[in-house]
Amino acid sequence: MEIKLRVFRFNPEKDAKPHFDTFIMDVDPNDRVLDLLEYVKADFDSTLALRRSCAHGVCGSDAMRINGRNYLACKVLVKNLKSDTITVEPLLGLRVIKDLIVDMGPFFENFRSVLPYLINDDPLPADGRERLQSPEQRERFEDTTKCILCAACTTSCPSFWADERYVGPAAIVNAHRFIFDSRDTAAAKRLEILNQQIGVWRCRTAFNCTEACPRDIHITTAIAEVKKAINTGKLD
Amino acid sequence: MANIHQFDVIVVGGGGAGLMAALNASKTARTAVISKLYPVRSHTGAAQGGIGAALGNIEEDSPDWHTFDTVKGSDYLGDQDAIEFMCHEAVQAVLDLEHMGLPFTRTADGRIAQRPFGGHTNNVTGKPVRRSCYAADRTGHMILQTLYQQCIKNNTLFYDEFQVMDLLLVDGKAAGVVAVELATGELHVFHAKAVIFATGGHGRIWEITSNAYAYTGDGCAITARRGIPLEDMEFFQFHPTGIFKLGILITEAVRGEGGILFNAKGERFMEKYAPRIKDLASRDVISRAMYLETRAGNDVNGQRFFYLDVTPETVNKYADLDGRTRPDGTPYHVTAAEIMSKIPDIADFCLTYLGVDPTRQPIPVQPTAHYAMGGIPTDKYGRVVVDEKNTVLPGLYAAGEVACVSVHGANRLGTNSLVDLVVFGKHAGLDAAAYANGADFTPLPANPTELVDETIARFQNGSGKERVAKIGSELRAEMFDNVGVFRTQESLEHAVEKVKELRERYLQVKVTDSGKIFNMEMMQTWELGNMLDLALVTAVSALARTESRGGHARDDFPARDDVNWLKHTLAWMNGDQVTLGYKPVVITKYMPKERTY
Repeated sequence: MEIKLRVFRFNPEKDAKPHFDTFIMDVDPNDRVLDLLEYVKADFDSTLALRRSCAHGVCGSDAMRINGRNYLACKVLVKNLKSDTITVEPLLGLRVIKDLIVDMGPFFENFRSVLPYLINDDPLPADGRERLQSPEQRERFEDTTKCILCAACTTSCPSFWADERYVGPAAIVNAHRFIFDSRDTAAAKRLEILNQQIGVWRCRTAFNCTEACPRDIHITTAIAEVKKAINTGKLD
Repeated sequence: MANIHQFDVIVVGGGGAGLMAALNASKTARTAVISKLYPVRSHTGAAQGGIGAALGNIEEDSPDWHTFDTVKGSDYLGDQDAIEFMCHEAVQAVLDLEHMGLPFTRTADGRIAQRPFGGHTNNVTGKPVRRSCYAADRTGHMILQTLYQQCIKNNTLFYDEFQVMDLLLVDGKAAGVVAVELATGELHVFHAKAVIFATGGHGRIWEITSNAYAYTGDGCAITARRGIPLEDMEFFQFHPTGIFKLGILITEAVRGEGGILFNAKGERFMEKYAPRIKDLASRDVISRAMYLETRAGNDVNGQRFFYLDVTPETVNKYADLDGRTRPDGTPYHVTAAEIMSKIPDIADFCLTYLGVDPTRQPIPVQPTAHYAMGGIPTDKYGRVVVDEKNTVLPGLYAAGEVACVSVHGANRLGTNSLVDLVVFGKHAGLDAAAYANGADFTPLPANPTELVDETIARFQNGSGKERVAKIGSELRAEMFDNVGVFRTQESLEHAVEKVKELRERYLQVKVTDSGKIFNMEMMQTWELGNMLDLALVTAVSALARTESRGGHARDDFPARDDVNWLKHTLAWMNGDQVTLGYKPVVITKYMPKERTY
């Protein structure tokens, strides 16, 4: 099928402001949008800059805005978009460096701020084996272990657009992953961090994050569970 | 003038091996990680099915059985001292990961869950054993995330999105690396006492591959240009179950959970090729079986693919026929919901890319280029060894897929890539730090960026008569057709000539982007050069080896030949010339015998 691909372009070494380039191409409906961008580089303009690696939705490199919504370019097929015009733009809310590449610095800073690692200074089991965890305890935080830090959620959030100091859904998801891990001992500390002004209360439950997540994490639910834990002081 | 930095230990690559190396080296030495990707984008994250370790959480197992299975899986080309070391270390390595917070799937009694995987057996009964420790079908993701989390906790220093382009060797010792900062185009010289390469594999030289775009063999190509040999490059694993056309991996865990392979006639064809463990035979065995089935006209629609069926009806039917039981002795019967919980990501891939629900329909699969058994030669401490006598090059290390210890020999068992990167990443990090603490800095060469400057100038001043995309697609097609699952003298000679022609044409490419900021065209042009080097070494090494063993299957020499070929290949590059040498395989306990499953 023939499609019109509109791609956001900005070269900071040449352009005063961004523009769109339009490419008319014949594609397979099963092509990924990432494939289309690779066709652009191969056949039209080899200077197009974007990040990509695994090409099947697990590395998180190629989150971008496609027809007005955040996707991984490798995880959305042409036929899914139900449109013969496809517009590709960089993520919103992060500074555009070149073409589809944005500055991920603030995103990773927010991630780091929630202590995203297991904290447990208790002695290990005397036999040196694994800490025990029941399947039910493990299931409690299963959903939030899936995060690949692609930033599709955080950069779809109106609260983050308004203020990039807001830790954002991805950081809360990663805090949730440890807060509800029965082996972790620092939930209170993380809840204190997220109870601050730039923490969970900035979430206005717009649900954009949940819709944008390429891993189908129930992000809004996770945020609500963190809010509840702050309010009740309980992890149930 | 380039920016100069100084560290005791430099780790190149931020995947599982690199992060393990960094966590361990930074305990005693000033360490930095340089990675062309953000570390969490690394390909370790794509590993699915599990990490093998004889924990014995569900049934009897032993590191010695893991050792023998790995030796046998390697088609006896693996070095047995290193394999024994790895398989014994694996148990503690997995427990260490759990202690770091890795969220393994759990058994009912709260222990790390384990499942069967190809080639892993109870050595007494010969039946599959539950050895693969897993977190659903995203074990690699969990390992990568957990190690990255630990690095954050430890304030590990990262240079993210810096592409290392050259290794500096002075007086036969490592002195550092040269890297370009993608965001600015600036060159940086990292002066170091020890350098650890953990840059992953090079599966992108084949057309159908499970590998990430980033898998362009940078570490092997950089070191080869500096006179380091590459070991066993003819051995590359074709995983039997890639998604048709796309090559995206469908983990062996699907067969571990009971999935069955069928040909176009609806026959469970693995019964013919591996009568005892059938669909859980080693990957090379199944990929070759698919090729033979294709040659017999048994592929689906004449399109060289087969069906992998994990619907509950099929799983339960064949589990009954095989007499498979659960640990408590009851028959192994599954529901769609149970399958979904064990392989959620696989189900997602199938739905996204094929529109197939694997609990209701079979998955079309074909062999996909997956894993480099070969690479930079090292010993079991990750130290790079540069000749037939295993002479160590002081200060230079490699770990993970880029390295060849060799623990995988001619064919890697499933789950052993993750074992490899955790065990050898750790030991490379520890040994590099110990070395650095007892060594002085080797002075940098007068002009450390000379080779990188020349390379960049060549790209900018090329004639522009040739294009990177065209050369790349011709390379991948040639390698898949002629240096693929089966090879012959004719196909390999063709490939050697073709790759030489492409290398000639590559000199004519020009990078049209003249900017410095995120010049991805420049980087991808450079990566293609790496792939062309590794393709040539692979084809030349494969042409010389006139036998079939593991991942290297010669139609014209179908038998393994232990008399002449029980030895590792070493290949030195010098421009278009590849010089071959050989070194013996380390055999300790297990004398080579016929390999049947």
